[in-house]
Formats: sequence, structure tokens, C-alpha cells
Amino acid sequence: MAEFKVAPADAPVGVKLMTWVDNRFPATKMYKEHLSEYYAPKNFNFWYFFGSLALLVLVIQIVTGIFLVMHYKPDAALAFASVEYIMRDVPWGWLVRYMHSTGASAFFVVVYLHMFRGLLYGSYRSPRELVWIFGCAIFLCLMAEAFMGYLLPWGQMSYWGAQVIVNLFSAIPFVGPDLSLLIRGDYVVGDATLNRFFSFHVIAVPLILLGLVVAHIIALHEVGSNNPDGIEIKANKDANGIPLDGIPFHPYYSVHDIMGVAGFLTIFTAIIFFAPELGGYFLEYNNFIPADPLKTPPHIAPVWYFTPFYSMLRATTDDMVTVLCGIIGVAAVLTFLKGNIANPAKKVGVLVGAAVAIFLLKTFDAKFWGVIVMGASVVIMVFLPWLDRSPVKSIRYRPDWHKYVYAVFVVFFFILGWLGIEPPSAVKTLVSQVGTLFYFGFFLLMPWWSQQGTFKKVPDRVTFEAH
Amino acid sequence: MSDSKVDPNVDQSRRTWVAITCGAGAVAGVATAIPFVSTLTPSERAKAAGAPVEVDIADLKAGEKKTVEWRGKPVWIIKRTPEMLESLKKDEGDLADPQSKRNADDLTPAYARNQHRSIKPEILVAVGICSHLGCSPSDKFQAGAQPSLPDNWGGGFLCPCHGSTFDLAGRVFKNKPAPDNLQVPPHMYLSDTKLLIGEDKKA
Repeated sequence: MAEFKVAPADAPVGVKLMTWVDNRFPATKMYKEHLSEYYAPKNFNFWYFFGSLALLVLVIQIVTGIFLVMHYKPDAALAFASVEYIMRDVPWGWLVRYMHSTGASAFFVVVYLHMFRGLLYGSYRSPRELVWIFGCAIFLCLMAEAFMGYLLPWGQMSYWGAQVIVNLFSAIPFVGPDLSLLIRGDYVVGDATLNRFFSFHVIAVPLILLGLVVAHIIALHEVGSNNPDGIEIKANKDANGIPLDGIPFHPYYSVHDIMGVAGFLTIFTAIIFFAPELGGYFLEYNNFIPADPLKTPPHIAPVWYFTPFYSMLRATTDDMVTVLCGIIGVAAVLTFLKGNIANPAKKVGVLVGAAVAIFLLKTFDAKFWGVIVMGASVVIMVFLPWLDRSPVKSIRYRPDWHKYVYAVFVVFFFILGWLGIEPPSAVKTLVSQVGTLFYFGFFLLMPWWSQQGTFKKVPDRVTFEAH
Repeated sequence: MSDSKVDPNVDQSRRTWVAITCGAGAVAGVATAIPFVSTLTPSERAKAAGAPVEVDIADLKAGEKKTVEWRGKPVWIIKRTPEMLESLKKDEGDLADPQSKRNADDLTPAYARNQHRSIKPEILVAVGICSHLGCSPSDKFQAGAQPSLPDNWGGGFLCPCHGSTFDLAGRVFKNKPAPDNLQVPPHMYLSDTKLLIGEDKKA
């Protein structure tokens, strides 16, 4: 316990009050650690807006959510009408609802950009692995939150989207059908499903989400922020132990972030007031039709933020599984013949492992592997800190062709996202299969390609021009 | 355990009791979790729902489809025309499971394990839920080339979610995400024009 302090008798009331509090709760200590004496690199650029914006959107979602719950009815017979009631009869209800629905998409926009920033500047590299892993867990929670929230309006897209995603679990061999029954709580998506999704959406997942956000920030403040140069500012400190290239988060970055907030709110409110459905991308038109368990809409697609992963699910056909078997086979044979493995037992192990993988791929349905591919496409990001073996963190000091690899990756991610919205066709499936192979190739071959090429010299101090 | 590895400062008897307490705590934790997980399983009311459904098909014309709800799922009753039945023969080569052999006990009752997958050749009764991820496929009865379908399309169903296609007997085409044919529910004719869905003569 810290020493009990006594404020001088003539101190102002404010000082006396804080002394009283600090003797009982580390308020000033925490304020200093996380704000006024948290030294962040001085060379942050606009990419560093998105962390604080994600926090802002989280607050928007929680506040609007609290007010929506006051009017919404989680009952299959009443849910759709209660959302329309919020939109038409509750004073300003439309605004709160549009803030929440636009907030969902905005959340994914800022989080995708936030993650891409990490990818650009190697922010997941040692010692920030746990910052990244907590972040990936937040992303998973966010996906669960968005998916379960989307069921609540009980429109056609809500219903059939939930039907598809819950059925994903039934593809798991042996336990799948029972597992999906446990998730639905009925033999079809119904009232029981709606009620439990409501419970998860408004309390269970948000609690976990908040805990993870706290863990994410504590881990970040423990190791300190990365920066666009990918160098450790703690390597150069002044006589007081303060990083030479660091500036206190408050007031410098609190003010900096307010500018980001202003820009964000301009776009956010423009969408809320002028295009809350955003052409069917933020709110799908079919969701304005009440759920009908007897009829799937002629074209169903998930909301845009799930579509890249959904495309990879759709890409996994029987042919794709055969291609995967081929790739595994060739990779294993090459490793056996040319791989840098001294132990012959390990070499044989590679072949046996590949044979087992091919056997499993051919034994279970492509449907199951589609689910695995979709899950793996998200989970693979957790391993990024160990897949990236580049000698420098930031894209700035990598060989130029690395930038093209990243560019192609981004293009494929967008293409996969677009294909996930489109109805399937033979050509589109082929493109999505190529995209899926590139997506996984990008990550799985990273230990190899991230070391190749001529790297530029990393400076000792951050590059910064005063403005 | 050899004596040399035992730390003399550790009271082994206390350590044993700590381990036992932790074990007992874990058992209690799991036991408490069971009722909570059990509340997620279908309720008695959900289990009780699902009685058989009677359907009058007297007004069903050739080439038409009727949809009824059974256990919360759409059940299709389709009266196929002779041309539609003819298309089933042509499809055989492109199908994943033309003989309805896969998971036959769940999907195809013995009386429907034939080319037309039905009791009466022209009347198909099938659960309109795709065996991939549970969407309800759309009718594509019109033969010939059209978007999302092959050029030699002979009529059938297209699942809007992931593009699986089924012929007019609910048999899935090869190399599609859906692994199985559409389910033929247990059903029987109460009279020439009355169908009972959800029960058959075995019961």
C-alpha cells in the first residue's frame, strides 16, 4: 500500500479532495499512467485515429443499445413490429436505431482499418503479441455480436442469415447436428433462438468485449505504442527516463484524436441522415420483409463486413478440396526432397502428416471444410506475430515488392468481399477460389517471403517533421 | 517419488488436501454448469410440436408446387409433368447421388428410393431445405440456359445462398456445396388426393 499522504492545511479544496481519494483509490496514478504520462511516439499519422474511433463507436453502440432495449421486444411474434414501432412511433427512435445500425458497420470499418494499420507497421511484432491477440479476440467477439444482433429485427435476412450460420456448426462431424440444436434451442430457428441471441447480444458478449478492450489497452500501455517507423522509442530516453521521441498522450493525442472524431462524425452523421441503408449495404432491403420460415429470399448475402470470409466458405467446393489435397501433397514431397530438415524421421513425419491431411480432406464433406476454411481465415490472424519473420517491423523499410504483395492482398480481400455479396456463378466461384488460395498463401508463406529481398536501413530515431 | 525431489519446506499433507479441494471444486463447477447448458436444449414445448400435417392435393395441377409447413420447415408437393419426369433420366450423369444411397435412412424412405424419389411417379414430396446450410432453394422449373445455372439445365431448384442445384426429384448435382439430396419426409396417401406428411405406414 502506498504511503498515507496528508495535504497541507492551506491547500485548495481540489488538492485536499484528490489526496483523500488517492489514499483510497489510485485515481491520480492511473490518470498519469494511461493519459498524462503515457508517452506515445510523436510520429503518429492518420492511421492512428482508428483505435480511439473504435472506442468511440463502442460507446455509441452501448448507449444507443441501452435505449433500443427499452422499446424492443425479443419475441418472434412481436420483434419485427417492435422495430418498426421504434422507427415510426417512438420519438426520435429512428435516430437511435439508425445510429445503432450504422454504428455496426462503422465499427467494422474502423476496426478493419485499425487492423490494417497493425499489418502495415508490424504492430503485432514482439513485444506486442498479446496486444494483437487480445485485438483478434475483440474482432471475434465483434463478429459474434454483429451476427446475433442482426437476428433481432426478425426480417427475412435476419432469419435466413441465422439459419445459414447456425447450420455451419452442423457440418462438424459427429457432434455437429446436436451442437446446432443446442445453439438454436429448437429444430428450426425460432422464438427460442431469438430470445437467447437477444440475451447474448445485450449482455453476455458486451461484457466479454469490454473486458477484452480493457486487456487490449492495459497490454498496449505496458509495452508502449508502436509507430509508423516500427522502432522502439524506449531505446532512446532522456535523463528523466522519458523517451526522447515520446509525447504525453494527454493533451497531445487526446487533441489529435478529437480531430479524427470530428472527421468520423461528419461521415457517420451524413450516412445516418442521408443514406442510413447505404444502398442496401448497411441495412439490406430484404430485411424490411418479416421473417418467413417457408421462403428464402431469391438472393441472400451476409452484411458486407462478413462477405470476404463468407466468399471463402463458398469457394470450398469438392474441386477446391481436391486442389488443396494436391497443394498439400506437392508441398510435402518438396519438403521431403529439398527441405532443410536434418532428421530423417521428421522428413517421413512430414509425408505421413500430409497423407493424413489428404485422407481427412477426402473423408469429410467439402461443406465441413468450407466451415473450417472460413474459421481458419479469421483465426489465422492470431498467428501473425510468428508468421512474420521480416527483419524490420514497418512497411517503410521493407523491400518495395513487399508493398505490392500487401496491395494484391488488399485487392483480393475487396474482391472476396464483393463476391460474397454477389449471387454465385461458375466464373465468380473460380475467382473466389483463387482469392482464397492467395489469402492463405499470404499468411502461410509469410515465414518465407517476409524474409526475402533487400531491406532498407531503419533509423535510430523516428522520422518526424514538425508542423 | 524419490525423497531427494521433495522440498522439506512443503507440508505434503496440506498439498494433498489443496489438490483434493481443487478437484472437488472443479467437480462442483462442472455440476453447476450442467443445468445451465441444459436450459439451452429444446424445451418440452418445442419437442412436443411437430405433429403430422394433412394436405389436400386435389387442386394441384401438373407443373405446380404447393408448400406446407411441417415442423417449422417448408414441405413441397410438386406434381411433375411427363416432360419433367423425362428430364430426371437426362440428369443422372451429372448427379452426386442419383440412387439416393447417401444417408438413405434419414433422407429417403424406402418407398422413395427410385429415380423419381416418390410413391407416385408424378408427385414429389420433399422438405424444401438445402442440405448445405439450410436455405430454402428457389424454383427453377424452366429448362434451358439462365443465370447461375448450367446450359443443359433440365429444370429443378437453385439454392440462392451458395448455388447448390437440385433436379426435379430433389437430387443434388455434383460438385456443389450441398452434399446430400433434399429430404423426402415420411409421408403416405390417406386417399387418392389426401396426403399425410410426417407419418408413413411403418408407424
